[in-house]
Amino acid sequence: MSSTKKNIMIGLAGQQNAGKSTIFNMLTGANQHIANYPGVTVDKKGGHYRDETGRVEVVDLPGTYSLTSFSLEERVARDFLLRERPDAVLNVIDASSLRRGLYFTFQVLEMSFPVVMALNMVDVAEAQGRKIDHKKLAGLLGIDVVPTVGRKGRGKHELRQALRRAARVQRDEEAPFQDQHGLRINYEELEADIAAIHERLQESEDLVKSVPLRWMAVKLLEDDSEAKKLLLRYHAQAESVLDAVAAAAAMFQKKMDISPADYIVTCRDRLAASLVAQCVEVTKADTVRFSEKIDRVLLHRAFAPIFLVLTVYLIYELSIVQGYKLTFLTWPALAWVRTVVAGVLPDPGLLQDTMLRSMSLWMVDSVNTLLNYVPIFLILFALIAILEDSGYMARIAFILDRVFQSFGLHGQSTLPFILGGVFTGGCAVPGIMATKGIPDERSRLATILTVPYMNCLAKIPLYTLLVTIYFAAYKSYLMLFISTITIIMAMIIAKLLTSTILRTRETAPFVMEMPNYHLPTLTGVLRRAIDRTWVYIKKVGTIVVAVAIVVYVLLQFPGLPDERMAYFEGRMDEAITAFRENIQDTPYADLLADDQAVLNLLNTANTYREAKLSASTQEASTAVDDRYEALHPEIFPLLRPRDADARTISRHLRALSTERSNLRTTIREETIVYSYFGTVGRALEPVTQYAGFDWKINVALISSFAARESSVATLGVLFQEGADESLSLEERMERSGEATGFTPLHAFALILFFALYPPCLATTIMVKVQTGSYKWMLFSIIFPTLFGLAVASGVFTVSTWLGLSGIQAMVGFYLLALGTAIALSFLPDPAWKTPAPAITPAKEV
Amino acid sequence: MLHRFQKQKGQQTQTCPSCAQTQHEREFPDQTLTQVGKGCRCRIRRHRAHGAIRQRLLDLGFVPNAEVEMVRCATLGDPLELRVGDYYVTLRKREADLIDVRCA
Repeated sequence: MSSTKKNIMIGLAGQQNAGKSTIFNMLTGANQHIANYPGVTVDKKGGHYRDETGRVEVVDLPGTYSLTSFSLEERVARDFLLRERPDAVLNVIDASSLRRGLYFTFQVLEMSFPVVMALNMVDVAEAQGRKIDHKKLAGLLGIDVVPTVGRKGRGKHELRQALRRAARVQRDEEAPFQDQHGLRINYEELEADIAAIHERLQESEDLVKSVPLRWMAVKLLEDDSEAKKLLLRYHAQAESVLDAVAAAAAMFQKKMDISPADYIVTCRDRLAASLVAQCVEVTKADTVRFSEKIDRVLLHRAFAPIFLVLTVYLIYELSIVQGYKLTFLTWPALAWVRTVVAGVLPDPGLLQDTMLRSMSLWMVDSVNTLLNYVPIFLILFALIAILEDSGYMARIAFILDRVFQSFGLHGQSTLPFILGGVFTGGCAVPGIMATKGIPDERSRLATILTVPYMNCLAKIPLYTLLVTIYFAAYKSYLMLFISTITIIMAMIIAKLLTSTILRTRETAPFVMEMPNYHLPTLTGVLRRAIDRTWVYIKKVGTIVVAVAIVVYVLLQFPGLPDERMAYFEGRMDEAITAFRENIQDTPYADLLADDQAVLNLLNTANTYREAKLSASTQEASTAVDDRYEALHPEIFPLLRPRDADARTISRHLRALSTERSNLRTTIREETIVYSYFGTVGRALEPVTQYAGFDWKINVALISSFAARESSVATLGVLFQEGADESLSLEERMERSGEATGFTPLHAFALILFFALYPPCLATTIMVKVQTGSYKWMLFSIIFPTLFGLAVASGVFTVSTWLGLSGIQAMVGFYLLALGTAIALSFLPDPAWKTPAPAITPAKEV
Repeated sequence: MLHRFQKQKGQQTQTCPSCAQTQHEREFPDQTLTQVGKGCRCRIRRHRAHGAIRQRLLDLGFVPNAEVEMVRCATLGDPLELRVGDYYVTLRKREADLIDVRCA
C-alpha cells in the first residue's frame, strides 16, 4: 500500500447532538446509503465524495458519549474502528460543550488514529459568548481542528483538505498501531501500572498487530469487558496478564482510595478542563443560554403537559388526518398501475381467472395497500425529523418518562404509541419504526411488542359494526372503552413482558443530554423523511411480496367443492341465456352467438368503462373512443350505443355484467370459507367457543391477519343468508344472531379479542425489521393470539357464569384492567434491584 | 428527633438559600443529588452506581469535584434536569440518589 492512497475511508465519530449528521450531509451530499452493521439493528450510514486525489468513503458511526463497551452503539462504533481501521477519523464536536467533546476526542486519540476535529456550531458557541482559539487547540492536541457550521455548509473545503492530510499518514494493515500525535494523556499516578501492563501486552505479536497497546492497557485497567475478550482472544498468557491487571488495580485502589477507572476519567476530565481554560475566551459573563429561556416556558412544571398535548395533536392532525386525505390523490396512480398490470395479464375468465392473473393481481393489491400509506409516512417522518432536529423530542421524553418508567418503558416510547394510534387511530408500522431512537434495549423491545395493541385505523370498521348492532344505546361508552382499554392493556403487557421474558435485556439509565434548540434545516428534514420512507418501501415491499404468496395460497386453496362451482356456473348460464333471449331480435344477436364473444364483450365493456372514467378531459375521452373503435370495430357500436337496438343490448349487458360480478364476489369469498384458513377456523371452534366465537368469526379473524380491512368483508360473506333480500350486514348479523344466540356478550368478547389481536402482516414484518429476529416476529403473532384468546375466554366464560350482560361485563372488565394496571405500576422493576447481566460485573464502590 | 430531621430535609429540597448556610453544611456534610433544591449548586463527591450507569454518568461529566446545578424537575416530579458545566443533562431520581454531593 502506497503512502498516498487515492481512495480512502473516513470514520465519522462524535457524541450525540454534536451535529454529526449535518456534517455527514455536508461532506457527502446526496451520495448516501444505509445498511446495517452485521448482526445488530444499528444503522450503518455510509456515503462518499470525490476530491482532487480520489474517492473518499465516509462511514457515519453511531453517536455515543464515549467509547467504552457498555452500550450497543459504543461497541459497534469501537468494533468498527478496530476492525475496519479507517484511514482517518473525523471527530465532530459541539463547540459550545467543548469540555465534554474533548473527553471523547481523547479516547479516539488513545486508539492511535489520525484524527481531524470538526469544531461544529462555532456560531452558536460564539453567540453564547465562547470564542475558541482553534489554532491553539490544534497545536495542543497535535491534530487539525477545523471550525465548521454544518447547517450552513461552512468549513466543508477545509475539512476535506484536512482529512486528506491526515489520511496521508498511512499505516500498513498488518503494522502495529503507533501514536500519531503530540498529545498523550498523562495518567500521572497510574502511568507506572500502564507501562507495566504495556510491557506484558507486547509479548503477544497478534495483539500488537490488532490493537493499540497503550489504549488496551488503559482499557484493561478500566475493567472493560470487551478489552478483556480481545486479550483472551489474542494473548497466549491472557489469564496471567488479567491477574496482574487485577492486582495492580487493587493496589491502586488501596493506595489512592479511588478505582483506576474513576481515576482515568478524572485525569481525562482535568486535561479537558485545562485545554478549555487555555483555548476558550469567555466574551460574555455567565449568561443563561437561549434554550434554557425557552425551556422555562415549555418545560414549566404546570404548562409542559399542555404544550405536549398540543404538539401530539398537531402531529396526529397533520400526518394521519391530512395525510389520509392526501392518499385520495395518490390512490388513482396506484389504481392505474393495477389497471396496466391487469391489461397485460391474460383476460379474465367468465367466473374464475387463471392462477397467473389472480395471483399477480393479488400481489399488486398487497403492494398497493402498503404504498398507499407512503404520503402519510412522508409527512409523519418529516414531522418526526423536525421534532428530533429541533430538540423537542428529548423534552417529550423528559416530561413523560415518569409514567412510562412505572411500566418498564421509557420516556421515548411516547412517539411510537402516538403513531400507533393512542387516540383515534393510527398505524403500527410507523409506530414500530419510530422505536429506533429508544436507547434502552429492554424498553425498545417492550415498546415494539405493545405498539400493535393501539387502535389501528383498519380495526375501526369492525368495532363500528359490532357497536352499532349490539351496543347502540351505549355507543359513546363503548368507544371510550375501546380507545382507553388499549393503552391500559398495552401498559399491563409491557409491565408483564419487562418483568418476565425481557427482564434479562439490557436497560439503559435515563441519562440524556438536553440538547440546545436548533432550527431544523429544510434539506436535513426532507432527506431524513425520504430516507426513512424509502427504507420502509424497500424492506416492507420485498418481504410483503414473499409473504403475500403464502397467504394467497392459504386463502385460495383447495378451492370450492365441485357442486358449489357447478351451482355458480349454472346461475351464470341462466344469466347468459336470459341475455340472449333479450337480445335475439336485434341485428347483433349473431355477433354474440358463442360464449367467447359474450365474454369478450363483457371484458371489453369493463375496460372501456374504466378508461372512460379515468379520462379527465374531453380530448382524452375522445381519444379513448377512437382507440376502442380502432381496436374493436365490430363491437364498438355496443360499447357506445347510438341506435335503439344497441341501446337495448347495452342495457341487458349491464345487467349481465352486474350478475357476473356478484357471482364472482360470492365465489371469491366462499373460496375463503373452504380454504385452508377456513378449515383452520372450523378446527379451532372447540377452543374458541369459550370466548364465544363460532367458526365464522374464526375465519373472519384469521383472514384479517393479512389485512385488517378484510374482517368486515369476510363477515359479510359468512352472514350471507338474507343477502338476496338486500338486508344490510347489520340486519343480517342481527337476525342470524337471534337464531344462533349471538348476544352483546359475544360481541364484547369479540371486541376485546380484536383489540388484543396480533399485528397485521405489514406490522409483523416491521417487527422483524426492527428487532432483527424472526423469533420476535413469531412471538408478536403468537403471544397476542393466546393472550387475547385467554382474556376473551375468561371474560366470556365468567360473565356467562355470572349472568352478566355485555355492558356489565365491559364495566367490570374495565375496572379490573385499570386496577391491575395501577397495581402493576407500583411493582418494583426487576432491573432496579439486580443489575442486568449485560452490565459488567459490579465493581466495588 | 427523626421527625425533626425529616422536616429539615424537606425544607432543604424546597428552597435554595439553605444550601448557602455554612451552618447547614457542617450539619449535613453529605447529601445525595436528589436532596439538592431547585436552583442550588453542589459538587460531586462520589458515585455509588455500578457498571453502565456509572460509566454513563462519568461520560456526561458527573466526575468527582464537578459542579452541578439543579435546574428543574419534570411535571410528575421525576426526571431531574441538571446543569453540568456548560450543558444540561436529565437524570432519574433513582440514579441521582446514587450520587453523593456536597453543597457549594
